[in-house]
Amino acid sequence: MQFGIFTVGDVTVDPTTGREPTEHERIKAMVAIALKAEEIGMDVFATGEHHNPPFVPSSPTTMLGYIAARTERIILSTSTTLITTNDPVKIAEDYAMLQHLADGRVDLMMGRGNTGPVYPWFGQDIRQGIPLAIENYALLHELWRKEVVDWEGRFRTPLQSFTSTPRPLDGVPPFVWHGSIRSPEIAEQAAYYGDGFFANNIFWPRDHFVRLINLYRDRFEHYGHGTREQAIVGVGGQIFMRRNSQEAVREFRPYFDNAPVYGHGPSLEEFTDQTPLTVGSPQEVIDKTLTFRDSFGDYQRQLFLMDHAGLPLKTVLEQLDLFGEEVLPVLRAEFAARRPAEVPDGPTHAALVARRDAAAVPADAVPQTS
Amino acid sequence: MAAPLKLVVVSAGLGKPSSTRLLGDRLAEATRRSLDEREVAVEAHTIELRDLAVDIAHNLVTGFPPPGLRAAIDTVVSADALIVVSPIFSASYSGLFKSFFDVLDNTALIGKPVLIAATGGTARHSLALEHALRPLFAYLRATVVPTSVYVATDEWGAAAGEGVEGVGTRIARAGGELADLVAGSPPHPVTRPSSATDTVDEVVPFAEQLAALGRG
Repeated sequence: MQFGIFTVGDVTVDPTTGREPTEHERIKAMVAIALKAEEIGMDVFATGEHHNPPFVPSSPTTMLGYIAARTERIILSTSTTLITTNDPVKIAEDYAMLQHLADGRVDLMMGRGNTGPVYPWFGQDIRQGIPLAIENYALLHELWRKEVVDWEGRFRTPLQSFTSTPRPLDGVPPFVWHGSIRSPEIAEQAAYYGDGFFANNIFWPRDHFVRLINLYRDRFEHYGHGTREQAIVGVGGQIFMRRNSQEAVREFRPYFDNAPVYGHGPSLEEFTDQTPLTVGSPQEVIDKTLTFRDSFGDYQRQLFLMDHAGLPLKTVLEQLDLFGEEVLPVLRAEFAARRPAEVPDGPTHAALVARRDAAAVPADAVPQTS
Repeated sequence: MAAPLKLVVVSAGLGKPSSTRLLGDRLAEATRRSLDEREVAVEAHTIELRDLAVDIAHNLVTGFPPPGLRAAIDTVVSADALIVVSPIFSASYSGLFKSFFDVLDNTALIGKPVLIAATGGTARHSLALEHALRPLFAYLRATVVPTSVYVATDEWGAAAGEGVEGVGTRIARAGGELADLVAGSPPHPVTRPSSATDTVDEVVPFAEQLAALGRG
């Protein structure tokens, strides 16, 4: 099981002080948070990609490349990479370059993006969102696996004898997740390729995501990538912790009440009842996170949203320290104890290389163990 | 014996008691009477949007229905026939009425037999039914019966005038039309997604998605 954080990269006023960080401060804060995530023993740091204020991360590989140079171990990922409005050729090049620089510590999550104007700004049409996601990813998939690509599609200039460089590290492309909040087509796409499926799981009730994940698992098995239990599932979550529950609720309430997405709507209590948000003690975070497994089955990656709604950097870093001390070791042990042997662990470059090499060995050369 | 037809009244009345609710009840009763004559059993439910006003606002903000609203949406989507009644505010349906139908998936009411009705202070607003409610349900591709029923305050105490049908006659005719429509349609229509968070179960095989792009 891999644990990590995903950040939206919003610049939001701190409602308790009225202070808004500058873009520069926010960008540096995102880096500080990534470094802290590695320091406390997390496995993944993922950044969003946005092309409109109040969000800063328009250029994920620049940021992740910088973080790669300052870390040793953590996997750098995205949440999400816009497969609809980015040129798939540029994604292939940028992320292969990042993969080399980070010595394989890179994967990425495809998403469509739900900000309407971004599509026309990048010359696309939001009504073609699903077809764009399907065609662009088909091209990206091919660019990373075929040395020389001839291509003709509906949405971009044809390619004749094109080679995307650099080639993926060790000939193994970065692992890909497909994220979706509501579209069964994307769960189907992830299953078809045997890629991972990520359920954002933060803003909506859990039963909705259970259905998407079950669909993905069924189709993963249908396409012959393994059993439905072996499908690669990632899940989001959202937490705010203090050592005692009352303190957490008291401190987080003004941030919740004014949060960009759900602020000025339901109460903190209603929202924590109806969605996976947890505000409370480390033990409450542990208890609620373990229930995700009951809903979604054994899964491979748990990402938390911890740095939004104007929370100051200092608070976020304290949250991460507390998480590293009291939550992470327990969750690691509990999830590991529950996971059956045949369910794969979270994807890493080393595991993908090993799997590729195992598949390449002739069948008669494999030692018989049973 | 076949399961009873499910008749659901959606009332956006705000008062307690409410004349909008009263109109909904009378239309349901007229529909039931007309179905009784055909020996069709009816099970009636009423949803008062007033009780769901805060849930509806939360759904607009968060994108998902809280449990109480979720149950109401499921009731509406699984209905065999709907009677929808709004007060007329500022030349149209009330904001609460529209907001409820805004949080339904826009395919949730396709083919649903619907009777539209409204209340208002004076008869001068009656065409709001034709200019506002009927186009709304036409957009949602519901099947709306020809007679819509508007009742102004003073009509609750008026007899039929010369050349003007009384309230009771209009209610009976509209209920009869809804009964005709629903008795002629297959019971319990196919389940459709009922809200934005509820479109998961249908899958188009990936090969078909690729083929649609000419990449099969």
